[in-house]
Parts: sequence; structure tokens; C-alpha cells
Amino acid sequence: MEKEIKKWGPVFYIPTFLAFIIGFIVPFFEGLYLSLCKFTTVKNAKFIGFSNFIYALKDETFVNAFIFTLKYAIVAIVLINVIAFVLALLLTRKLKFTNFFRTIFFMPNLIGGVVLGYIWQILINCFLTIISKPLLALNATAGYWGLVVLMCWQQIGYMMIIYIAGLQNISEEVLEAAKIDGANSWQTLWKVKIPMVMSSFTICMFLTLTNSFKLFDQNLALTAGQPFHQTEMLAYNIYDTFYFRSGPQWKGYGQAKAVIFCILVVIISFAQLKASKDKEMQ
Amino acid sequence: MKKLLVVLLTVLMCLTLGACGSKEGSSDEAGSVYYLNFKPEADEAWKNLAAAYTAETGVKVEVVTAASGTYEETLMSEIGKSSAPTLFQVNGPIGLANWKDYCYDLSGTDFYSNLTSEAFALKENGEALAVAYLTESYGLICNKTLLAQAGYTVEDIKSFADLKRVAEDITARSAELGFAAFTSAGMDGSSDWRFKTHLANLPLYFEYQADGVGSKTELTGAYLDNYRAIWDLYINNSTCEPAALSGKTGDDSRNEFLNGQAVFFQNGSWEYNNLNGTYGDDELQMLPIYVGAGDEANQGLCTGTENYICVNKEASAANVQATLDFLNWLVTSEKGTTALANDMGFVIPFKNAVESPNLFVKQDNAYTAEGKTPVSWNFTTMPSESWKNEVGTALTNYAANQTDDNWAIVVDKFVNNWAAEYAMK
Repeated sequence: MEKEIKKWGPVFYIPTFLAFIIGFIVPFFEGLYLSLCKFTTVKNAKFIGFSNFIYALKDETFVNAFIFTLKYAIVAIVLINVIAFVLALLLTRKLKFTNFFRTIFFMPNLIGGVVLGYIWQILINCFLTIISKPLLALNATAGYWGLVVLMCWQQIGYMMIIYIAGLQNISEEVLEAAKIDGANSWQTLWKVKIPMVMSSFTICMFLTLTNSFKLFDQNLALTAGQPFHQTEMLAYNIYDTFYFRSGPQWKGYGQAKAVIFCILVVIISFAQLKASKDKEMQ
Repeated sequence: MKKLLVVLLTVLMCLTLGACGSKEGSSDEAGSVYYLNFKPEADEAWKNLAAAYTAETGVKVEVVTAASGTYEETLMSEIGKSSAPTLFQVNGPIGLANWKDYCYDLSGTDFYSNLTSEAFALKENGEALAVAYLTESYGLICNKTLLAQAGYTVEDIKSFADLKRVAEDITARSAELGFAAFTSAGMDGSSDWRFKTHLANLPLYFEYQADGVGSKTELTGAYLDNYRAIWDLYINNSTCEPAALSGKTGDDSRNEFLNGQAVFFQNGSWEYNNLNGTYGDDELQMLPIYVGAGDEANQGLCTGTENYICVNKEASAANVQATLDFLNWLVTSEKGTTALANDMGFVIPFKNAVESPNLFVKQDNAYTAEGKTPVSWNFTTMPSESWKNEVGTALTNYAANQTDDNWAIVVDKFVNNWAAEYAMK
């Protein structure tokens, strides 16, 4: 068996590895290099050193976008995970139609971000008209909560499926033992179920965290950063820098922001992974 | 044997992967043309014209149209490829800043010598890097039938004061008449350019005129009160509440005009093909946009261009030559000039141009013949998309709540952001 794996392994990993190098490693390093350049296209880059980074860090809109992203991420991560877990608990009970409900809750995940953004824009604008408040384009608060609601609606179903899988993995014996020991359902939840699905928490936290920081499509379609960059998230800010101004220097600024953004997302997600891995039961 | 199989399979897989990345570029001796088109509405006409050219000369012409609003992104990714566009366009001096390293010097080519005036070229250090290949006009498109129902004719509108009087009278009697003065000034992305860019050209034009310059890095905003006056008129005499404007689209506005819900519709000659199915030529008139500044008696339509064509100098010599030949054919041959005028409705600033059947173009010519001065397109000097977007948001914000404080934000964005954006260049 082991001999066979050794023999046939390369057939499976070499193409994937090559694709990874071509599609990820090379562009990543090229991107790193470009962030030190002034360029219009990847071909005519001129090396200029770290000045792009100095600009990017001094740019107020970038800092504001970071704060907005952070505010969004905290609320979205908590809401999505709590609601998804509660739904998962409900849908692992022996109720009627559980499969039907699971499918329905999962469905929003199948719609693309831009489409979702535009649909919710229409919905929210109608709602704002009815309660006679300024529409999304002028209403940063509505834009913020709109994004949170939209992302909850889209992601809860997906996270719910992961939690359901985790909950179903808990063996009946353990639950029965808890019951015999006299644990009520609240104690079972906190002392048995939650510790046993910690690995699901790790993966869901990781997914919601990275999704929140990388959010772009929905931001573009729902608010496009309006009004005056107030609902602009990091990825959209980079896009804005890259394309909404003219001149080769802006590409470099945008690229530098993208590199900072990448490092930030990597650091935050690794910190989160480490923190929740420690809590997992082996 | 098995080892050999492993190696073979691996190689095969790599080849499949590699094949996805490298498309065979056709680099025959004759050269070929790849045009990245900016105007989605002219996509089909360009493709037909390209096919006609290929049939006539055997030179391959590929036309690709970027989706609306994504030209810069598309151009940027396309031009990095080995088979890059040989022909592309920029929107004026600001857009040229991005692409000048890629622009072939057109001066001295046959194409260039056919231009009616060298003023249509964008020059840098004596090199003609981009050339305007069409001019367009915009103004207030007026439904003459509805205007007559309200008891006026286009002759009654000769100044901003006239326009205001007519519009406010229509609003006062709108319940009885059954229509409004202006179509919705939608501030959705599909429509806001009509106000943050095209309407904003007027205060810009009058300021440039007063100072006798063609561009400025700092504005005084001397004509912004006029901008406010016309914007007030648009939003308060319209088909919808000013607060609802942020959600209104370009289609909404056009449909209101087509359904006879409003008399005036600010748009340009490019709209003609959308309107002539519903209205006859005798029912439409494009009026100058009066803002109560300058010599209104002699003000014409806003006529100019933001379509400058460039040839990619990084392309192979054969392809550059093929592209120049194609351009020259476009503006000199009968087929080319006819297609540009009739199928696309363009007015091209070249010696052999065929007269366009476009009503609004004819009306523009008539105004000029009467001795009126067209308002030039100065919005090509606007510092960035970012500047336009912020002015747009400020206008929407003001429309929802028309206070002096909110107008002060528009002025701040217009004047201070202008200087700030230019300072960043």
C-alpha cells in the first residue's frame, strides 16, 4: 500500500502543486514586487522602493476602511456563529421536516454576492422609504446594518451545516451517559455538546473571520462605499484606489494596500486559529 | 513500466494545465487589429464593420467590447497579455495619464492628416498620442408635443429665467396636465454621470471662459450658484420626490420620457436611437442647458468628446501598421465613414465624414450655423473618478434635504476636492 502511494502519489500532487505555484505563489511574489513599483500594467513596472507603503499607511480612507471592516467583522462573526449554532441545535432534534428546513436555510449561500447585494439594496431602500429615512446611498448606519443582515442571511446556512455535522458526530453513548449522570439539557449543552464541537467552531470562526475581512462583492453592490467612503471596507478601498484615479502612481498605492491587507488577514486568521485550536478537545 | 506510466501521466496533466494558460497568438506577417471598444451601444455596428474590412482586405480585425463602466479594468488586464489590444481609447487628458507609455505617436500618419483640426489631438511633447474620433452633443431633450400642451413652444425658452418660468408653471399645473417638467434626475450609478459630470461641466465651462483657460488645478467655484439653481429646478420639478433620487436609474428616466411623463430629459445625441422609435423627428428638440451664466442668447449645445483613440505602440510593427491602415480606412473609405455616421450615429472630425442622420447632431449644426457658440466639454479635465463620485454623493445628499449647509458640502467637494485631487497627481 505504502509503496503504491509512493509510486502514484506524484500523479496526484504534482499537477495540483504546479497549479498552486502558477496560480498562487508566483502572483503572490509578483504582487509583493509590484507593491514596490510604479506601474500601469505588470509589464512596465519601475522599482521605486517603499514610498507606496508610506502613502498607504498615511491614507485616512484606508484607516477608516479598516475600522469599518473591524466593526463589521466583530458583529457579523458573533451573529452568524450564534444564530447558525442555535439553528443547528434545533435542526438536530428529532423534528419533522428537518431536512427541508436545512435546505431552505442553506439556499441563500447558492446566490452570488453581487446579485445578493443588488437584491438587498432594493429591499432595504424600499424599507427605508416606508419608514421615511434617507436611502442607502446617504445612510451609513443603514449601510452598515444592511451589510450585517445581508451577510448573516447568506452565511448562516453554510455555518449551520458545519455545526450540524459536528453535532451529529457526538456519539449517543456520551449523551446518554450525561443523562444518566443527571445532567440537564443546559448542562449537556455547555459541558458536553459545545466542547465536543469545538473543531466545528474553529473552522466556522476561521471562515466567517476571513470572509468578513475579504468582503468585496456585497460591499460593492450594496453600498459601493457610499456616502463618502463611510461604508467602505478594506477590499473595496483597494479597488477604489486602483481604478478611480488616473496615473501610474495609484496602481502602486493600491498594490501596497493590497499587500498590507493580505498580511493583516493572515495574521488575524492565524491568531484566531491558534486561539481556538487550544480550546479543542483532543 | 509503471514508472514510465507515472511520468507520462504527470507530463500529460502538466500539459493540460499549461495549455489553459497559453493561447496561441496569431502572429502572421500581415498583422492584425484588436480593438477594445468603449461603447457597448455600438458593439454590433463595430463588429459588422470589422467583418466588412476583413472581407475587403483580408486583415483580421477583432472587436471586443468592455462591459459598461469597466473599460479601465478590462484594458489594464488585456494590455498585459501577449495578444494585447492594438487599438484602444482614453477619455481625455486625465485618462491619457494612465496610458501614455503605450501610445503610438500618430502625427505624420495618413489617419492623422485627415483630421479637420489638430485641436482634436491630445499632444504631449509634440507627439499626438490620442486623437478624438467622434464628437457628441448633449443638452435638454424636449418633447415638443407635451410642451405645446402646456401652452409653450421651444421658442419661449431662450434663457435660464425662461426655463425656470416654464418648468415651474408646468409643476404648478401638473395635476391638470398629467406630466412633470423634468424626468427624474436619478443618482444611481447608471444615471448620476448626467449630473456629476455632464451638468457639472457648465459651471466649469463658465469659470474657464471667464479666466480664458482650458484647465485649472484650483477652482474658485464662481458659477456654483448657477449649478445649484439648475439642480434645484431639476429636482423640484420632476416626476419623483427629491429624496427618492438616489435609487432612480437611467432607464427610469428614459422610460418616463418615452411614456410622456415629463417634458425635459437631460441627455445626449447618443440617446437618439432609443427615442426615435417612439417620437418622430418633429417632436424632439435638444435645447441648450441654460444656467443663467454667460451670454445665454448665443449659447449652443454642449458639444465635445471624451472618446480619444490610441494605437498601442507595444504591439508588433506589423500589427501597428495594420491598425493604422484600418484607422485610415475607417475615416476615408465610403464604407467606413458611412457606417460610422449611419450605423453608429457618430460625427467624426475627419475630412471625408458623411453627414450623420442623427437629429440631435443636425440640431447642433443648426445652432452653430445660427452663430451660437457650443459649450465645450471641460469635464475631461475633472481630476478623477473619485472626485466625480464625491460630488455625486453630495448632490444626492443635498437633493434629499435642500439646506444651505448641505449645499456647502457640494461646494466643498467641488472646489476643495478638486485642488486636493490635483495636488495628489
